[in-house]
Amino acid sequence: MKRARWRAVLVLPFLFLLGGCVERTAVLNPQGPVARMQYDLIMWSVGFMLFIIVVVFTLFAVFLIRYREKPENAGYEPPDEEGNTLLEVVWTAIPILIVAALAVPTVKATFALEKPPTEKVKPITIHVTAANWKWIFSYPEENIETVNYVHIPAGVPVKFKLTSVGPMNSFWVPELGGQKYAMDGMETELILQADKPGSYMGRSANFSGEKFAHMEFEVVAQTGTDFRKWVNEVKQTAPKLDEKKYTQILKPGIVGRMTFSNTHLEWIDHAKQNSHHGNDHSMKNENQSDEAMTESHHHGE
Amino acid sequence: MKWSEFFVTGEPLIYAADVAIVLTMVGIVFVLTYFKKWKWLWNEWLTTVDHKKIGVMYIICAVLMLFRGGVDALLMRAQLTAPNMKFLDAQHYNEIFTTHGTIMILFMAMPFIIGLMNIVVPLQIGARDVAFPYLNALSFWLFFFGALLFNISFVIGGSPDAGWTAYFPLAGNEFSHGVGNNYYAVALQISGIGTLMTGINFLVTILKMRAPGMTLMRMPMFTWTILITCVLIIFAFPVLTVALALMTFDRLFDTQFFTMANGGMSMLWANLFWIWGHPEVYIVILPAFGIFSEVVSTFAGKRLFGYKAMVGSIVGIAFLSFIVWVHHFFTMGAGPAVNSAFSITTMAIAIPTGVKIFNWLFTLRKGKIRFTTAMLWSLAFIPNFVIGGVTGVMLAMAAADYQYHNSYFLIAHFHYVLIAGTVFACFAGLHYWYPKMFGHILNERLGKWTFWLFMIGFNICFFPMYFLGLMGMTRRMYTYSDGLGWTPLNVVATVGAVLMGIGFIVLCYNIYYSARYGERDMTGDPWNGRTLEWATASPPVHYNFPVTPVVEDLDAYWVMKKKYGGFHVKEEDLKPIHMPSNSGRPFWMSVAFFVAGFGLVFKWFALAIVGALFIVLGLILRSFEDDDGYYIPVDEIKRMERAARKGA
Repeated sequence: MKRARWRAVLVLPFLFLLGGCVERTAVLNPQGPVARMQYDLIMWSVGFMLFIIVVVFTLFAVFLIRYREKPENAGYEPPDEEGNTLLEVVWTAIPILIVAALAVPTVKATFALEKPPTEKVKPITIHVTAANWKWIFSYPEENIETVNYVHIPAGVPVKFKLTSVGPMNSFWVPELGGQKYAMDGMETELILQADKPGSYMGRSANFSGEKFAHMEFEVVAQTGTDFRKWVNEVKQTAPKLDEKKYTQILKPGIVGRMTFSNTHLEWIDHAKQNSHHGNDHSMKNENQSDEAMTESHHHGE
Repeated sequence: MKWSEFFVTGEPLIYAADVAIVLTMVGIVFVLTYFKKWKWLWNEWLTTVDHKKIGVMYIICAVLMLFRGGVDALLMRAQLTAPNMKFLDAQHYNEIFTTHGTIMILFMAMPFIIGLMNIVVPLQIGARDVAFPYLNALSFWLFFFGALLFNISFVIGGSPDAGWTAYFPLAGNEFSHGVGNNYYAVALQISGIGTLMTGINFLVTILKMRAPGMTLMRMPMFTWTILITCVLIIFAFPVLTVALALMTFDRLFDTQFFTMANGGMSMLWANLFWIWGHPEVYIVILPAFGIFSEVVSTFAGKRLFGYKAMVGSIVGIAFLSFIVWVHHFFTMGAGPAVNSAFSITTMAIAIPTGVKIFNWLFTLRKGKIRFTTAMLWSLAFIPNFVIGGVTGVMLAMAAADYQYHNSYFLIAHFHYVLIAGTVFACFAGLHYWYPKMFGHILNERLGKWTFWLFMIGFNICFFPMYFLGLMGMTRRMYTYSDGLGWTPLNVVATVGAVLMGIGFIVLCYNIYYSARYGERDMTGDPWNGRTLEWATASPPVHYNFPVTPVVEDLDAYWVMKKKYGGFHVKEEDLKPIHMPSNSGRPFWMSVAFFVAGFGLVFKWFALAIVGALFIVLGLILRSFEDDDGYYIPVDEIKRMERAARKGA
């Protein structure tokens, strides 16, 4: 990784600008292949950006110092030049080259992020439902459900299928990778993967109303065996979720962590609920989400 | 509706604001009555169709709104200084960031730019007024009453609280019950109509009313940017009009365009909003580029380097601005092909923008640079805007954007482009054209204090935010927990914000100080200017030019000074000047818009209908009006010219 080291050298001054009070956290601390791909792309771009900054700042400083008005040049009459075709071609061409150098890896990465980082391991699927103001995680294969925390096996790609039963939220676990929106009546897919066991903070990155700032969740990455163990434990010990309890959870407000030994997908999948999916009005409990959001907390400024 | 719902209650800050508002109104009424100024106010200002006075009123409103939006910003910074602060509660914070964003973009940046273009563009092209002076007055008053309607929300009924982007379904009835987002929909609609009319007005003015000899490629760069901005307004604002109309229907009449239920599509709002919203940011940045071009060229004492490339760049930027809107929601899951396409178009904007930066730099080269306050703002723009620009390119890279989106990295980026671009330009333009507006120069010493305080404060405030974003802090959080490591940078940011606030106070003091003691500009050309506005007296007589100037090249006034020693008018060349009449109708029609809007906000439809009837009445009266303006006789012109040129 010679190139990576060269890039790191370029990037160092950028990071030291704030005198080292920035710890390596979140985006700067990638803990999985997805986040690392994005980190590399970011650092690749930072190199070019620093180059541009250095060029512009240098010219700026030199011109300001050399061509300022001073007593010695009182009689100096600046020339009336219209431009310089050669120079203008140069400073059009260089940005084009830089944009090209950024566009190619961007497009590559943008496509790559839609696929699991590894094909050797079978991905697991977790449905994520954002509600005011909590995150609900459903494991369709394991048939368990958690609220405000999620366990994943390390080294395995995780397909998060995102939806919302209210305002738009954004599902973001910076150390594992970039975000995607969770929207009502929609299903978006975000693939993340953790390198090794650990705990990673996740939060909503899109404003969704009063208590949005509290929409945090923990991602717990475990080894495959620990993860299996946890799943079995949940299956044996956690209570069953029923529709009544689920309606309560959806009510606007904050809830703590919860664990259930079945999923709400049994009776409703919010991603398929809206009528622009083929006007399916026969959906069970269609009004449920409406009931859940009757309360308002608007008390004026 | 109960009174306790009509007036916002329960917050000491709000009660203090109530008291301040009442006292200010009483004070204004008292002063106007005591000094017998009501008639003056009506005749000279409320009914005026003079582009210069309208411009001044725009700028006064913009400075007031800068104060309002700035106070919002300081409240937010106070709340975020330390973790788990209890200064503002979540709801209050949400309202404040919503009004901060909306006010700063639509009621501060827009009117500041439009105010400057009102004052300057007709002068720069050697015209006596805009093409449609009556419409211009209506534009201003619609903006004014739209802004007023939006601003009263925080004491009457409650402010909007869904962000300046008002994303659905959050902004819909399903989640926002109060009248706050009704205010958003109706107030923006009213002022938006005014902006659209301004766009049409100035497009026609620039295309049809240029002085003889001023071909398109001899237009001053500021006028060029306004021309292109008008095109952007004409194409972009109708989208906002439609989006806001649909939002109004959703909120008032329970239609289902953007709702969750019954086939509504919230993504449609996001698309419509940004199809307007992205060109909108260029509507406020292109004129800023124009201002910097004028100021840099004047104070470097040189013709603008690469004029043709500059024109080409703004046309290119304007075109690209319509095909990048998806970059505001790469994270919506549109798929890699769509995101890649919009990534590339977005990055492409860096190319013409880069060309402009280098052209400004090379205008400085071989110049004789005078560091006036206006020039300091324009020079500071270059490095600060470059930081905003390169981080914009980073945000444009879709795959990486998933990590920046909605984080403080984004907040830092757009404040770096909007403040270092638009706000610096507004300050540069204000200092540069201030003598043209009021006949005296803003004090340079105080001006430089403002500049350094504000510019350093700006960097201290927003630079750390790039890192807060990379550390995982997202926008619109009203608080954060301890132990995330975000506290030190947040403290730094707040210090910077306070410095910016102090800079603003010095600016306001400077306006007062310079009015009393400032150097009077007797020449009409205090900066050794290059364009035609400097050929007029400071402030110009209301007809601007006694005879229409003839343009021989770019930098028309510079050429006149070189060739003929200035712009000379022979008294025998004078002819009677045709000028438009004042009218009170734009004012009271806009009041009717305000009344109708207020009725809609509270769903008091009877009131809304009364307001609407008065609007229609105004339209009918205008249609049958037979007023072709009036002529100023030659003797009167001679008298006014001698009075205006007394000092020269």
